[in-house]
Amino acid sequence: MAEAAHIPDEAETRARWGAFAFTDENLAKAKTIIARYPDGRQRSAVMPLLDLAQRQVGAETQTQGWLPVPVIEYVAAMLDMPYIRAYEVASFYTMYNLAPVGRYHVQVCGTTPCLLRGSDDVMAACANKGLVKGKTTPDGLFTLTEVECMGNCANAPMVQINDDNFEDLDYDRTIGILEALAAGESPKAGTQIPGRHTSEPEGGPTTLKQMVDANHDYRGEW
Amino acid sequence: MPKLTVDGIEVEVPQGATVLQACEAAGKEIPRFCYHERLSIAGNCRMCLVEVKPGPPKPQASCALPAMDNQEVRTNSEMVKKAREGVMEFLLINHPLDCPICDQGGECDLQDQSVAYGRGGSRYDENKRAVTEKYMGPIIKTVMTRCIHCTRCVRFAEEVAGTEQIGAIGRGENMQITSYLEKAVSSELSGNVIDLCPVGALTSRPYAYEARPWELKKTLGIDVMDAVGTNIRFDSRGREVLRVLPRVNDDVNEEWAHDKTRYAVDGLMRRRLDKPYVRRDGKLVPASWAEAFQAIADVQAGSSVAAVAGDLLDCETMFAARELLAKMGSTLIEGRQTGLKYDVSSLAAVNFNTTLNGIETADAILLVGTNPRWEAPLVNTRIRKAIKHGAKVYGIGAEIDLTYKVEWLGNDMSLLASLPEAVAEAFKGAKRPAIILGGGALAVEGAHGAALALAETFNLVRDTEDGPWNGFNVLHMAASRMGGLMLGWAQPGGMADLVAARPKLLFALGADEVDFSKFDGSFKVFVGHHGDKGAAAADVILPSAAYPEKNGTYVNIEGRVQMSDKAVFAPGDAREDWSILRALSEVLGHKLPFDSFAECRAAMIAAVPALGFEGLASYDWSPPKLAASPSGEVGYPIKDFYLTNAIARASATMQRCSAELLHGEEMLEAAE
Amino acid sequence: MSFDFLADKDRIFTNVYGFQPWNLKAAQARGDWDKTKDLIAWGQDRIIEEVKASGLRGRGGAGFPTGMKWSFMPKESKDGRPSFLVINADESEPGSCKDREILRHDPHKLIEGALIAGFAMRARAAYIYVRGEYIREAEVLQAAVDEAYEAGLIGKNASKSGYDFDVFVHRGAGAYICGEETAMIESLEGKKGQPRLKPPFPAGAGLYGCPTTVNNVESIAVVPTILRRGASWFASFGRENNKGTKLFQISGHVEKPCVVEEAMSIPFRDLIEKHCGGIRGGWDNLLAVIPGGSSVPLVPAAQIMDAPMDFDGLRELGSGLGTAAIIVMDKSTDIVQAISRLSYFYKHESCGQCTPCREGTGWMWRVMERMRTGDADLSEIDTLYEVTKQVEGHTICALGDAAAWPIQGLIRHFRPEMERRIIEKQGGGLMEAAE
Repeated sequence: MAEAAHIPDEAETRARWGAFAFTDENLAKAKTIIARYPDGRQRSAVMPLLDLAQRQVGAETQTQGWLPVPVIEYVAAMLDMPYIRAYEVASFYTMYNLAPVGRYHVQVCGTTPCLLRGSDDVMAACANKGLVKGKTTPDGLFTLTEVECMGNCANAPMVQINDDNFEDLDYDRTIGILEALAAGESPKAGTQIPGRHTSEPEGGPTTLKQMVDANHDYRGEW
Repeated sequence: MPKLTVDGIEVEVPQGATVLQACEAAGKEIPRFCYHERLSIAGNCRMCLVEVKPGPPKPQASCALPAMDNQEVRTNSEMVKKAREGVMEFLLINHPLDCPICDQGGECDLQDQSVAYGRGGSRYDENKRAVTEKYMGPIIKTVMTRCIHCTRCVRFAEEVAGTEQIGAIGRGENMQITSYLEKAVSSELSGNVIDLCPVGALTSRPYAYEARPWELKKTLGIDVMDAVGTNIRFDSRGREVLRVLPRVNDDVNEEWAHDKTRYAVDGLMRRRLDKPYVRRDGKLVPASWAEAFQAIADVQAGSSVAAVAGDLLDCETMFAARELLAKMGSTLIEGRQTGLKYDVSSLAAVNFNTTLNGIETADAILLVGTNPRWEAPLVNTRIRKAIKHGAKVYGIGAEIDLTYKVEWLGNDMSLLASLPEAVAEAFKGAKRPAIILGGGALAVEGAHGAALALAETFNLVRDTEDGPWNGFNVLHMAASRMGGLMLGWAQPGGMADLVAARPKLLFALGADEVDFSKFDGSFKVFVGHHGDKGAAAADVILPSAAYPEKNGTYVNIEGRVQMSDKAVFAPGDAREDWSILRALSEVLGHKLPFDSFAECRAAMIAAVPALGFEGLASYDWSPPKLAASPSGEVGYPIKDFYLTNAIARASATMQRCSAELLHGEEMLEAAE
Repeated sequence: MSFDFLADKDRIFTNVYGFQPWNLKAAQARGDWDKTKDLIAWGQDRIIEEVKASGLRGRGGAGFPTGMKWSFMPKESKDGRPSFLVINADESEPGSCKDREILRHDPHKLIEGALIAGFAMRARAAYIYVRGEYIREAEVLQAAVDEAYEAGLIGKNASKSGYDFDVFVHRGAGAYICGEETAMIESLEGKKGQPRLKPPFPAGAGLYGCPTTVNNVESIAVVPTILRRGASWFASFGRENNKGTKLFQISGHVEKPCVVEEAMSIPFRDLIEKHCGGIRGGWDNLLAVIPGGSSVPLVPAAQIMDAPMDFDGLRELGSGLGTAAIIVMDKSTDIVQAISRLSYFYKHESCGQCTPCREGTGWMWRVMERMRTGDADLSEIDTLYEVTKQVEGHTICALGDAAAWPIQGLIRHFRPEMERRIIEKQGGGLMEAAE
């Protein structure tokens, strides 16, 4: 998280995470990732490997995951890069959490296209459920962050919660999703407008209607 | 050779030059913060914007734009003026107005350029950004709110020092320059970022709040902390040298200096010998000069006299001492205090022949028993450059971190006589192969000969397309070494010859590394400036001047003769070395024939003409044939980079560096 | 005069809404990967000529002719350096959400395009840089790439063409600036996404110092269809210099926001009426439109209503087509807030490298926030404008310009609104007397 430029005190995290290593499964993934880049260019893998490490930390802590300093150093050492260079990367990109987060990282888009369609209502719904921007709820369930445009503008407003997007939100739908998550359910991702499929106009597409029901091949009409 | 015009002035610049360089060639000053000749181009400060045709209708960063034929560059147009004002305003909106308490004041690029190129006032009414301090070590004081994010320090750490520990974390207006985890930067070269920082973000910790630049007397000098001969400037006030800064000399130190060069000078104010002492009843007691001289005369040494030169000595002192001993009838003079006895029949065979500049162009380098990072940090930066240009570096010795990739062959010197096949192949295929033989190697019997044999095997001395090449290098550590050798300060058996002669009288000239226990029977006279090992062993102490306190000639590892000027007076009763020897000579009845420093120097030049020409002395390449079957482990002589001589050992700053950076002691800010 | 809407048969992205599966089998049934080998057999020159003739201009915002960009790549490697194609799937421009649909619903069009484009520019591999937040999209894309490898369509002897070509998916991690081509290259090399100085241009020294072309997802994904149907087919849509079909993304205050492929140069009114159910509250309720993603200046209602949605038409209005991400604002919009929120976006996304952007974006946003509430002085509007001018054109990359233009557009078209707020805050009548 770019704004969290302060490096957390490490004694505790060193004790907890000093022995971090990829699981066998993740180590295999890491090797596949590194192999995507030419020999000697293994530093290119730092971003995917940080992501993988954050996910492993998440799995171990039952949260979305974060990047304790020793974990960043583990990745840097694996790629033979100076720690400061890996730390620069971790602090530059917003998706790396440099501080612990909750089970669900609720990322509400607040940029203009979502703002125009009611992201304030989404924020209000979050506030109603006790979520505070930049903080984790006391039960460790939700961390709320306002994020910049997530590229779902035709389905605004939206929120990304861990790996899934919830789109076409309003106050009530947001409440519904948060409650479902809190209850341990897995609410359906994507648009929350009943009947809408993805980014076609609400109420049905104005084009390519033949595609709705069948995998139409238009080549015959060329 | 592109030809272009700058404000109507036609200039021709070398291929690959930038527009900024073209502007300078035309005599136009281009303001800049991030651009630095010796670092990669960042182009981030945007201060050097100029108007260029042909090109887009917006100002261009001249530091990054290649100069091309027929370009029309404007540095004085309205567009350029506005651009500079704009950038200046942006740089200042979050810069604190704390110039009155900022150590950069008076030598601040931001200050100077805002006067020259900025607007009269600011239109920024918002709160200014505050940034927390970042600890960077005992040398660098940080006030990061002042940082303008030029990234010179980041680039220096990565590109020149090779210690990638400084970075810019976060992004946007929250971007902060920091050392990794705000820990001390473990580089011998860290002080250079203080010079590089164009603002007051990184300033000198030891020099904090000591003086304003305009109060300082500036004297040109030569550094003696190693044998590189770094060109320096003493900044002094009254009798005190407050700081040492590097001067630009592309052939020697470029514009860098290591931390010992810069900050050992606080050692000049501590543990000083400021009056003569004579040992009475086993104890050293203060005495007058006359009493001290008489005590020496009373020894009645006749010709049973020897002298040892310390590592920091200037040539004039060594010359005066040599002449005194000669008059007394002795030639027992030696400068290799620790007992080295390598052959010096050919000075070229103990010289850094590639030159400092030349080693950058080597394509295969074999390090033999040397830790250049500690023995000569500025040679190490040159080797780093060679690697950047594609050189392969091999090492014989214990594996150490030299900030670059070395293929370590092992620790046994027998390797030198039987290099692994692959290394031999690499050297055979190299165009400009080089060997660097360190002090550790010179201590191993047969190593010098084996290295010279390799020089022959691999044809290290050759003619290349770019002229003659001599890839045989010896890396000395003592500033006095090459000058001493030119003045004959070497015995075939080294110190052992002096010991064997059992001299009645032994002069130790600033010599603190001698094993004095071997001279129990000798009357020991220490001529020096610090109360260190030499003084402790002495029967008479004659207090002399340290390097900023006297004029002097020095010869560096590549045989470069350089002269240093006197910046301050020696403390108390201490006197310049030549004058001490001159006065003593009279008491001993062997009056030296010079009455001033100038006369002393003239006599020295008459005796060794090469010392009269500033620049590279030329040594004929006629290597001796020496025993060439070395064996056994090789060590590195320097155990603590920061404490290699009496001045450094007396320096609080160097002590702190040693404790914190080498011995991992936690230094609490509050303890300051 | 009524506009000739694009017929379904002329749509390239037939599965744009994902009603049908994205997988290889379904994609092939829709016509993808059909005799790709034959297209490659055309040879590099003919492919590039065909793309040039089609009039395709880059779909990532700048609108640089795609075929010409490819022709900058070296025809042979004199020093052994390979060439690379980097595909920009870092769709982060506020308002833009088209590449997402290609990635998750029609990924094979992109992969096939990557092979053909990569072949045409003699690249040894393509790296598809997907923005980090497109997590599920990247999963689909990776699965599609795996399928394509499995089927021998890419990799060694790709599609049996005799050409070896790899396609790799690389995920970002949250940085708008990585959509800038040199920042993307830096990021791909494992560094902070800070744009590089140009020259050198990527075609000379890009990824790993090798010749590199960076193309937008849509630019690459349309290529196979253009080749199959011919340049003249593609060029039959849109006005001169603005050819082809285009994915439009309409967000904000329309009845039905959507993504839709239409012919270039479609009049704004037709686009909105046909596909979006009109403006919320009717055309009289339209206040302004940001027609090309957040980086372009807004256009007031009266000027945009009948404007052709293409590069030149919008440039004439002092704005731009950008990524064809159309943000519609009706009269309920707090226009100053809408723009101020964009200013915050640019402040947040500034990489921090160069001075005017690092310092200027924060300054502009802070003033904009005071403009929103009216806590400002009238003279500050001019100051603000000057600050935007001090940023614009003075930075390493175009983010500085992008941060400046929305504010300039606001001041140009809504200055009275800004003044009204300040005057009201200061007590109305007093200011009138002072004016």
